[in-house]
Amino acid sequence: MSDFDFSTTLGNAFFNTPIFTASGCASSGKELSQFFALKDIGAVVTKSVMNKPRYGRPTPRMAETPSGMLNSIGLQGPGIEAFLANDIPWLVEQNSRIIISIAGETIEEYATLARKVRSVGGISAIEVNISCPNVENRGLVFACDPDASRRVIDGVRRTIGGELPIIAKLSPDVTNLPEIAKGVVESGADALALINTVLGMVINFDTMRPHLGGKTGGLSGPAIRPVAVRAIYQVHAALPQVPILGMGGVSSGRDALELILAGASGVSVGTASFGNPHAVVDIQNELRDLLIAKGFPSLKSAIGYAHRGADL
Amino acid sequence: MVKEVMSQINRSATHMRATILANKRVGQYHQIVFGIGDLVKSCRPGNFVAISVGGDSSRMILRRAFAISRVSENASFGGTMELIAAPHGSGSKWLCSQIEGSEVDIILPLGTAFGIPTSPVNALLVGGGYGSAPLFGLAEVLKARGCKVDMLLGASTSAKIYAPMEGKRSVNSLKIYTEDGTMGELGRVTEPIKVLIEQKAIDVIYSCGPMGMLRAISELTANTDVVHQCAVEEAMACGIGICMTCVLPVKGEDGQISMLRSCIDGPVMDGSQVQWHLVGQVPEVNL
Repeated sequence: MSDFDFSTTLGNAFFNTPIFTASGCASSGKELSQFFALKDIGAVVTKSVMNKPRYGRPTPRMAETPSGMLNSIGLQGPGIEAFLANDIPWLVEQNSRIIISIAGETIEEYATLARKVRSVGGISAIEVNISCPNVENRGLVFACDPDASRRVIDGVRRTIGGELPIIAKLSPDVTNLPEIAKGVVESGADALALINTVLGMVINFDTMRPHLGGKTGGLSGPAIRPVAVRAIYQVHAALPQVPILGMGGVSSGRDALELILAGASGVSVGTASFGNPHAVVDIQNELRDLLIAKGFPSLKSAIGYAHRGADL
Repeated sequence: MVKEVMSQINRSATHMRATILANKRVGQYHQIVFGIGDLVKSCRPGNFVAISVGGDSSRMILRRAFAISRVSENASFGGTMELIAAPHGSGSKWLCSQIEGSEVDIILPLGTAFGIPTSPVNALLVGGGYGSAPLFGLAEVLKARGCKVDMLLGASTSAKIYAPMEGKRSVNSLKIYTEDGTMGELGRVTEPIKVLIEQKAIDVIYSCGPMGMLRAISELTANTDVVHQCAVEEAMACGIGICMTCVLPVKGEDGQISMLRSCIDGPVMDGSQVQWHLVGQVPEVNL
């Protein structure tokens, strides 16, 4: 291990390394802990949890696409009470840094979730997922509506107080992403998670109907990486002081560095873990080597480096 | 409680590169043998493997799951694991095209295994298509425990029956059914089961094959004393329990229906608990 400064911060939360799991792609960490020690990565971002237990969407929930996949899980989960009782104590025991991701159907549900998370120890930050595409009603994708986005974050901020950093997870499926980003930052978000999956559809050639049980799904994997790079670049240009947790198709250290150069302070690895359970640690090691090889004195010095000399 | 669950999640799963020792065509299928060393000791009938396909520059980002057909310890190759692949999609075609000596990126063993009775029982093994693959390894284990092992294999047509010569030695009887009558009896593999249950000729049914077949067997064993252990098949993205795509509605001891992952809580499940009528739906019940 070199003495290279690989640390990063999101709001007031400090992380030893900038590589995290992505919400919805690591469950609550137990399954991946078979392959590496969770304390060795930046943080585990847990699967977005709702207030009540939830079945999610019907199967089929998955379709592989060129260099990507569509999923329509629909936030299946145990509900916040069981999650806080079972999953969080275990993660704390692993000495893992933890970011809890929450998702609600109403603005009030987000606030309720925030209140329940507030009383839990050992948490580094809360991700407020306002952009899951797999909800029954696309109108519920708060992150597609500037006003609804603000109100959700405002409610969470009021409930949770000033301590725990709030990371607002946004959708790239909007016309003016920097505007939505500005709105949630003004409402109290300390950081932004960019990007959630991109809404897509696959038609099954046998049935000649939409393949997924939920018809539409979220596209992830290397296919969407350029969309993530663009989103991070645009938002970092508009809000250079706001830390971004970048994600979207990262499957190598090179990919992670691309997002960091675009403006990400940390990078979540999602779909890559499906194909390679060691992806998070592999990418972390590759990124450290690459940063050193490129001559960066620290991770922080590479954040947003692609913007140097640019007209902001 | 939490720790207990953890210890059950793929505790032997290993991510490795394995060399292909043999790859031979058997009818419409490929029988592929991998060198996996001491991992054979952790592989149980019913477990599966997840293989990365297409090479480093592949646009296929997800692993492909295959049931372990059998494992053995071989004097010259050490521990070997065999699987049966049907070259249908791009991923399985790639795997079937790999020559002896190639290395593949593989994770194994994964998932639940068939429960093996502690005392000898009358076991009926039912396979649909190449779903028969894991049943031959299972038959060897059951025979070694003194069980009577009868096997029924079915498929739409003879070319889709997988029944290797060496496999036939590990069963007391083998009957084949094809829907077009091109091999064995004309008809479906599930047809003789009702009578066998009524005659109390079987204690346990082990099955692997299409979901329709598994459902039909579950309906036949419902309200009988016959135990039905089936290896289910649902599309998986990860195979290790993190993606939540391969779920099936399953009723627990408490009567509550949960969407369980077929990769971790399966592939082998108790057929009487799977809510077959709800597959592809979301239970209406409020949690």
